[in-house]
Amino acid sequence: MTVQDRGRHGLQHIGVCPGGAMDGPALALANALVGNAADDAALEITVLGPDLHFSQETLVALGGGEFDASIPLNRPVLLEAGTRLSITRSRRGARVYLAVAGGIALDPVLGSRSTYLPGRFGGLEGRMLKRGDVLPLHPESARISAERYSTLKHKRAHLGHRSVRWFAPPLTLPDREPVLIHAMDGANFADFDPAVQRAFFDAVWQIGRDSNRMGFRLVGPPLPRAGGNEVLSGPTCLGTVQVPSGGVPIVLMADHQTTGGYPKMAEIASADIARLAQLPPGGTVHFARCNLETAAELRHDAQERMDAVLRGIRWEYGN
Amino acid sequence: MARPKFQPLGVLALGDLAAYVEFSPTLDPEINAFVQRLALALHARKPAGVRDVVPALGGVALHFDGRFEGDHRQAAGEIVMACIKDGLPDAKEVGREVEVPVCYEAEFAPDLDEVARAVKLAPEEVVRRHAAAEYRVLMIGFAPGHAYLGGLDASLAVPRRATPRAQVPEGSVAIANDQTVVYPYAISGGWSVIGRTPVTIFDAFRERPSLFAAGDRVRFRPIARSEFETASHL
Repeated sequence: MTVQDRGRHGLQHIGVCPGGAMDGPALALANALVGNAADDAALEITVLGPDLHFSQETLVALGGGEFDASIPLNRPVLLEAGTRLSITRSRRGARVYLAVAGGIALDPVLGSRSTYLPGRFGGLEGRMLKRGDVLPLHPESARISAERYSTLKHKRAHLGHRSVRWFAPPLTLPDREPVLIHAMDGANFADFDPAVQRAFFDAVWQIGRDSNRMGFRLVGPPLPRAGGNEVLSGPTCLGTVQVPSGGVPIVLMADHQTTGGYPKMAEIASADIARLAQLPPGGTVHFARCNLETAAELRHDAQERMDAVLRGIRWEYGN
Repeated sequence: MARPKFQPLGVLALGDLAAYVEFSPTLDPEINAFVQRLALALHARKPAGVRDVVPALGGVALHFDGRFEGDHRQAAGEIVMACIKDGLPDAKEVGREVEVPVCYEAEFAPDLDEVARAVKLAPEEVVRRHAAAEYRVLMIGFAPGHAYLGGLDASLAVPRRATPRAQVPEGSVAIANDQTVVYPYAISGGWSVIGRTPVTIFDAFRERPSLFAAGDRVRFRPIARSEFETASHL
């Protein structure tokens, strides 16, 4: 579990990747549900959740994966001072974001509160959270929480907590596995034999056990590279699928390296990164080959769907 | 009229939100220097919708904002051409001189003997030739502050290690093929380690987080163990 926000941009030329939430739309949703700005920092909870104690009255929301929790999901919840919130394990979707009104008030590093674990900076002391950690909230968080909750139109109690009648639809959860993810041909796709190219798009891949925020290892058929010249080290990006000489593909995720020297088999459509990020180790994925135009359309459509959901939430707040 | 020397070969899509404008598929020092002047100009220009400009060995990548609409490959090409047309900064405005103190003593140089045997030189001579060269930062990537330094003496060329080390200590100076690197923090690495610097290569809390920038001219100054210890405590 780490503190994450939307990430830090404009620093890739010195090797600092944007980072930030693995499932960006889920974070955006959680923030909107508590009336936050899009770049407020939240908790990124992966597979197993924490117990959290709230010393003051706080408006919170869980957005993203379906986790067992002591509060309802995907809606604003006003917690009483002294509440112990319990989040246990995911039922569907590997990552859920806990947003608090006013955001988590840690000092930004290089323009962001996102935690970059390999470099040990950002978030809380550049590390994963552990028992006993205390996270600072906005100095006015109790007042902000009460004020925002009071403006909500359709209040209702759920599971003994003050909440609302409605909930936001989860936009990034798989309804079945293998999850279908769109991928374009990468810069070195042509270096692989047609049989290997087909294997990439035909296989059902499993997210490897040693996958993390830097990259997902894909377990499946080996992908040997036939020939082609030595690949020159060059820029990579979120969703680049690299294939080192061992033949095991790696999808670069939120904390990706900014350059790499391995052949690029494919590039994941940006619209599908969040859905891929919702897979835990052991989850299965199937790649659908698409072109650039389709990827751009998917991105546009996903943005429109998200904008519609955000508008709906702002309306519930009377905006 | 002669064809301009630096023409983009093409624009490659790097996913649907980034594009790589390629000037050379291989490492050509002149083109590398040109690309760095171009990146400097692009950074200053702040093109709308572009979140990151990353100069690489033979081209420059433009990373676009998620709300970008249109053909990003075409946009990248147009932005780059307009930037070149308006004139790029002189080469001397790119990068600065950086001196890096390095201790090459045995404790910090686990692969020095192996390298010496491979290139058939005495270890002291390997050190002398490594420290004698002036290097250039060709590109920064792989990790925060991790610079690829070109200019390694050809007589010191060794391939990457067959088995990467699980943990190369922070500040380790290593070589492979025609380049040298300085590890900004302890990570797994496949280059041959021949020394270590007490200087902090990357510090997220410093005004200038990365010691190195593209185009910097870098020299290594050999120091004794005692100086290493003193510098480490500053």
